[in-house]
Amino acid sequence: MLEIWYAIAVFMLTAYVVLDGFDFGAGALHLLVARSDAERREVLAAIGPFWDGNEVWLLAAGGALFVGFPRVLASGISGFYFAIFMVLWCILLRGIAIEFRSHVKDAIWRATWDFFFCVASVLLPVFFGAALGNLLRGVPLQADGWFALALFTDFTARNPVGILDWYTVLVGVFALTALAGHGALFLNWKTQGPVQERSRAAARKLYVAVGVLWPVLTVATQWVDRGFLPALASRPLAWLLAGVALAGLVAVFVGLAGGRELPAFLGSCAFLTGLSWATAACVFPTMLRAIGPEGVSLTAYSGGGDPRGLGTALVWFCVGFPLAILYFVIVFRLHRGKAVSGAYGES
Amino acid sequence: MGDPAFLHRLQFAFTIIYHYLFPVLTMGLALLVVIMKLLGLRPGGEAWNDAARFWIRIFGINFAVGVVTGIPMEFQFGTNWARFSSYAGNVVGHTLAMEGLFAFFLESSFLSLLIYGEKRLGRVGHTLAAFALFAGSWLSGYFIIATNAFMQHPVGHAVAENGTLRLVDFFAFVLSPWALAQYAHNMMSSVVTASFVVAALGAFYTLEGRHLEPARLFLRLGTAAGLVSAVLVAFPTGDVQAKLVARYQPVALAAMEGRFESGPQAEMTIIGQPNVRERKLDNPIQVPGVLSVLAYGHFYSNVRGLNEFPEADWPDNVELLYYSYHIMVGLGTILIAIMGIASLLAWLGRLEKSWIMLWVLMLAFPFPYIAVIAGWMSAELGRQPWLVYGLMRTVDGGSPSVHSGTVLFTLLGTCGLYAVLGVLFLFLIFREIEHGPRPHAAEDAAHA
Repeated sequence: MLEIWYAIAVFMLTAYVVLDGFDFGAGALHLLVARSDAERREVLAAIGPFWDGNEVWLLAAGGALFVGFPRVLASGISGFYFAIFMVLWCILLRGIAIEFRSHVKDAIWRATWDFFFCVASVLLPVFFGAALGNLLRGVPLQADGWFALALFTDFTARNPVGILDWYTVLVGVFALTALAGHGALFLNWKTQGPVQERSRAAARKLYVAVGVLWPVLTVATQWVDRGFLPALASRPLAWLLAGVALAGLVAVFVGLAGGRELPAFLGSCAFLTGLSWATAACVFPTMLRAIGPEGVSLTAYSGGGDPRGLGTALVWFCVGFPLAILYFVIVFRLHRGKAVSGAYGES
Repeated sequence: MGDPAFLHRLQFAFTIIYHYLFPVLTMGLALLVVIMKLLGLRPGGEAWNDAARFWIRIFGINFAVGVVTGIPMEFQFGTNWARFSSYAGNVVGHTLAMEGLFAFFLESSFLSLLIYGEKRLGRVGHTLAAFALFAGSWLSGYFIIATNAFMQHPVGHAVAENGTLRLVDFFAFVLSPWALAQYAHNMMSSVVTASFVVAALGAFYTLEGRHLEPARLFLRLGTAAGLVSAVLVAFPTGDVQAKLVARYQPVALAAMEGRFESGPQAEMTIIGQPNVRERKLDNPIQVPGVLSVLAYGHFYSNVRGLNEFPEADWPDNVELLYYSYHIMVGLGTILIAIMGIASLLAWLGRLEKSWIMLWVLMLAFPFPYIAVIAGWMSAELGRQPWLVYGLMRTVDGGSPSVHSGTVLFTLLGTCGLYAVLGVLFLFLIFREIEHGPRPHAAEDAAHA
């Protein structure tokens, strides 16, 4: 039962990365790929119907973690207290920027929100990437199962560690690059004209950077966690998922070269999904890895919820999940085709 | 100030009160928008449709602020209340996760279709989108109230071997009597709030002499829905809620009423100041026997006073609890009276000519907000000193690894951000009110 909930939580978090990822990427790039007000509104029209629903995956994933692994969630979220609040403030600014921007027809008003939209969209992937980096590198869990992390210490990735060090920032930069590329491919699919051309050019460069950074990051991860590559080697499922990521990366380049917009974007989705799942398969069952002398890692088993209650939760999950997918399909169906620089947010 | 437990509470209280100012309107307004859209489906209902379009824009701005201030609420269970999450997560994790799955996906998927999709969806489709938002926001309210109801009156759980709580009876937990009563009471108060806002804007436009046609509809719907919901808030929902408090939280009831001595024919206090040091009520004006009847249904029922309980189990802020409760009850009564008179005038066809009543309606809209916040403060202060009633004390629920310097930093940062947000919100709302409702043709011209 705990394995099932681990899979559900990983699935939901990955859905969050893939879905909110494209609107993070679009936000991070929009100052570059969309220059005029009409072009910026085209970007907003492309993500406007989806971004709020995408963000719900974060809350749904948080809910799955809460019910599945209350002890892990409590320890992790309170240990990352500072980083979580930075993320919350960015999410708040970003949501307001998207929703309030087009209400007023004024160049200064709109420029202000465009700036905040971009800044928050750049910072969020870096923070989420750094959070993943912390999980891979390990946190200073105490014997009682709690920990507190400073925002930064000496950036060495050795104890005493902070949330930000060279490794976690590297993961953050990788996340930003990958999600910016993902967003560019989404815009390449959903927009046309100059915005599409600039997005396509950006996607090509960003995905080359992703291709370079990926092996670097894998080596760095092995450096902070000596068990990472052996775990990968010994788990066929992780092999398979890493293969999906690689196939996705190839599909991105093939799609871009052939001018096939949707396959390129789907390739990017496959890359992010394969990479996230492969990582989750490698570290299982560890959820909060301890570094330091007396620390004991929290695993899916030691930090998991009551299995009987989780059986009940699986029942309502099987009712609610198809409904969520249904809404998702309805919204994508209703907004199929290219986005029009329309009245999104106008009043 | 050095006490992290105090700062955890202050931050949660500030963020939840600020957050709730928005959903309290959107939940009620969602129902009123559905009613407007349904009236708009009738032949010749174009005016109702125009009214709905205007309120959907107000709804959209409120909803956006509600969403961005709501996300920090979910996270604070982990950031600030980690011991509570670890202790009760096996139970309350269910309702919080179900809220995401059943309510948030529904709301977020149809929000932009409701706000920007009228032409794309057509009339019936747009009405369905309004219904989706109504269903989503009311479901969301239910899951949150079921979570709170467990903290107020835990049922359906057992204590596991490792000392944490686990769920044994899902339906007892999700459909607890406390949750059902509190939900009915809360949702009616949300409809009251929305009705007052709709009626206030109708009164404002009528007094200004512009948008007279939509203003007439706002007044009609606002006063009718306002009267029905304001009465339902008091009876039966408030009454049932009060009886549950009397039964399961007698010490909270005693503090709400400022009652120190036990005894039958308990009096209801209209006004007075609780003097906790001397354990008495200063300058009381009271009606004998009423509290006994309200709490237990009988004039001679004994209502226990605070003296009967150990001081360690008293709500830790008796004075604030007393005032919150009295403000809620007092305002609730006044709001019924206002809507009663306004509805009578509307029924006689004289509301739009009665400038006194229009002024009262226009200026009354903040009071349902105050009553609702005071009501929630009564519920949450009355629950103290417990986080989960009878099981976990609030001082034991905070995050062990977070110290007060950290919490004060995030509290100040959040206050600053929310202050800016409040200014922007008011600016956009005033702009919408200035633009006013527009018929469809004018709407198209505005976008061109």
